Amino acid sequence: MTNRQIEALAPWIFTLGIFVFWEAAVRLLNVSSVVLPAPTEIFAAMHRYSVPLLKNSFVTLWTTLAGFALAVGFGLLRGLFVGWSRTIYRGLYPVMIGFNSIPKVAVVPILVMWFGIGEVPAILTAFLISFFPIVVNVATGLATIEPELEDVLRALGASKLDVMRKVGIPRAMPYFFGSLKVAITLAFVGTVVSETIAANAGLGHLMVQAGSNFQMPLVFAGLLLLAIEGIGMYAVTAWLEGRMTGWAFRSQQSAGG
Amino acid sequence: MIQLDDVSLAYAGRTGPVLALEGTSISVAKGEFAAVVGPSGCGKSTLMKLVTGLVKPTKGQVAVNGAPVTGPVKLAGMAFQNANLLPWRTVTENLMLPLEIVEPYRSNFRRNKDEYRARAETLLDTVGLKGFGDRFPWELSGGMQQRASLCRSLIHEPALLMLDEPFAALDAFTREELWCVLRDVWERLRFTVVLVTHDLREAAFLADTIHVMSARPGRIIDTRKVDFPRPRSLDVCYEPEFSALVLSLRNKIAEVRQS
Repeated sequence: MTNRQIEALAPWIFTLGIFVFWEAAVRLLNVSSVVLPAPTEIFAAMHRYSVPLLKNSFVTLWTTLAGFALAVGFGLLRGLFVGWSRTIYRGLYPVMIGFNSIPKVAVVPILVMWFGIGEVPAILTAFLISFFPIVVNVATGLATIEPELEDVLRALGASKLDVMRKVGIPRAMPYFFGSLKVAITLAFVGTVVSETIAANAGLGHLMVQAGSNFQMPLVFAGLLLLAIEGIGMYAVTAWLEGRMTGWAFRSQQSAGG
Repeated sequence: MIQLDDVSLAYAGRTGPVLALEGTSISVAKGEFAAVVGPSGCGKSTLMKLVTGLVKPTKGQVAVNGAPVTGPVKLAGMAFQNANLLPWRTVTENLMLPLEIVEPYRSNFRRNKDEYRARAETLLDTVGLKGFGDRFPWELSGGMQQRASLCRSLIHEPALLMLDEPFAALDAFTREELWCVLRDVWERLRFTVVLVTHDLREAAFLADTIHVMSARPGRIIDTRKVDFPRPRSLDVCYEPEFSALVLSLRNKIAEVRQS
């Protein structure tokens, strides 16, 4: 086997290794399944409750994606707005920091009071938590245009809009796609937090229910599915980033030539 | 072409206003190759921004083409020490950037795109970058990027070319090679050039007129005509008159640095 093949297989081998270690530890130390269920029990629970698990994973997935889509749309617009001029950047930045430092868990009860128990608070929590990194990244990309390049364009008679269209926006794209990786993970956190507090569907909700019935294998099954969904969504955004802004990676590798 | 009358410029520094230029007067004729030399930090780059209308003088008048400058002049090509090419565009697309902004090219851009592309490739050919148009800037060496940057500043055939130490980051051989590239392009098109540099040999080799600036606040303290016959070859750099000119410029600058 070549080095490259080993490298490609390594993540799978490690994952498998963790499960094997876990199983062995639980069996050897005789840990009660109410405290920590063995992977085999978790897989058994996954099989037994496959229908409710799938249903609830789907709810979590679509609410996360809805919140994330809102965050991308508004985040991009807001980022462009904030990055447009130094004054706006300076003025709005502290406000956004303040807003971002509010723990989003604290907002969930308010959202529930406004919109009732259901998917809407989950979507909004996902949106609120993942909005910020997108705004900051887009704004930073725009605000850090090389001044000399701006001089070149302005000496040609370019308007602010021209500078943004030709340089600012393409330049901010690697920042934008980079932020999506962070944002999707956060959106996921937001949805699950909201589901654990107040919801009637979703993996978070299912885990709380299962926990109160002491069905630990089912709780862990939910956890495992959350991990799988999280990895999947991260992979999609990472792929998108490489696809859309590959030049940014390549130009860093051979800068200065 | 360019007329600065008693121009002063102060900007707000951290500890009160800083005077970058004081009482500077300079005049560059149409088609003239002017160089500005001086100690570092003497406001040479400020001078460029004034002429192109990117900053307004605190006092005095700047006129380009007989009209007072009130905003960006819209006809100048600029190149700096860093090539500043856009990494997401190929070299040819980078060259075409000014055409997407300057009228009348801008309005016809879509219609004449192929023609403009051909023009970019011809220009690349003249600076020795034939066949590199489809590469990305980061695939090029520093010298090649700088050639491309020079092409970008020339593609819209500007009446005025502003160069701010464009060759400063290059090695000596590449630099001399690019002097000749610039010389040839200028001999052919005869646009007006203002070259800001701290390389006295560069100024003496390329320019018709050399303006020497004092330390901050900058003022023009000396103006020399360079009479070496054109077209000049690099051999001129090894003639005694050339060395004498460079030496006297050097002494002049050493003098103003002390004071």
